[in-house]
Amino acid sequence: MRAAVIVFPGSNCDRDLVVALEQAGADVQMVWHKDKELPAGLDLVAVPGGFSFGDYLRCGAIAAQSPICRSVVNFAGKGGYVLGICNGFQILTETGLLPGALLRNADLHYICKYVPLTVQTANSAFTRGYTKGQNIDIPIAHHDGNYNVDPETLARLKGDDRIAFTYGDNPNGSTADIAGVLSENRRVLGMMPHPERAADSRLGGTDGTALFRALADSLVAA
Amino acid sequence: MKARVHVMLKNGVLDPQGEAVRHALGTLGFEGVEGVRQGKVIELDLTETDKAKAEASVAKMCEKLLANTVIESYSVEIA
Repeated sequence: MRAAVIVFPGSNCDRDLVVALEQAGADVQMVWHKDKELPAGLDLVAVPGGFSFGDYLRCGAIAAQSPICRSVVNFAGKGGYVLGICNGFQILTETGLLPGALLRNADLHYICKYVPLTVQTANSAFTRGYTKGQNIDIPIAHHDGNYNVDPETLARLKGDDRIAFTYGDNPNGSTADIAGVLSENRRVLGMMPHPERAADSRLGGTDGTALFRALADSLVAA
Repeated sequence: MKARVHVMLKNGVLDPQGEAVRHALGTLGFEGVEGVRQGKVIELDLTETDKAKAEASVAKMCEKLLANTVIESYSVEIA
């Protein structure tokens, strides 16, 4: 699998994401936000967590308008795989690649802790390493993770089996406990929890590794 | 020419910050505040001198960047 991790000013999970992808066997390049074009021959673009552009205006809004994001949208349009984690998820909703938006946490607090998640679908290159209904522990670290989506879109997400992960104990007020959603073609995943922070037993947990390994396995075969 | 853009969360989208402000007002003894919605004001200095053109141009800015129309509504005043 050839992967690129996009780096914005204010990204702070970019290096962890590179490590997690490399551990899964990926060949990873870091791409600066001012680059207009993605490297050729990529299987996956990963948009990391952090506070791109200081979260000015809205989380992810400025990053979503950067030159590289136009290339990411084109890449996804051609069927490329895109993973957005935390701020990366916020950016993907701002580009329109994923539906809904992330609002301020319902209790207004920044929350940083391990949370229990339920895998809602194993039907994607991202989640096929888990089983449907499996409970996993992955950390969250966000102030704006309250996923908001209108009732019609929510019905569509449910009907099309596009809710990837839900929270066991909703920490932020997200609609329908949603922690991660898939695009219509199931090749774009956005999630607030950080699987790359649960990819090393020395650092507390390894429940995130199955996601990166599943991607590496799926995209080698592709 | 100046434009003032008001960006608010749409009706029906819960505004936890507005709710916290409402609660704080009640704690301070201000009675009768049934609801608070918090938004943003963005002021733009424009070189455009034609009001209609300025309005059209700022509306495009709102759609593309200043507001996220999934959750927010906006209004524009030109002065």
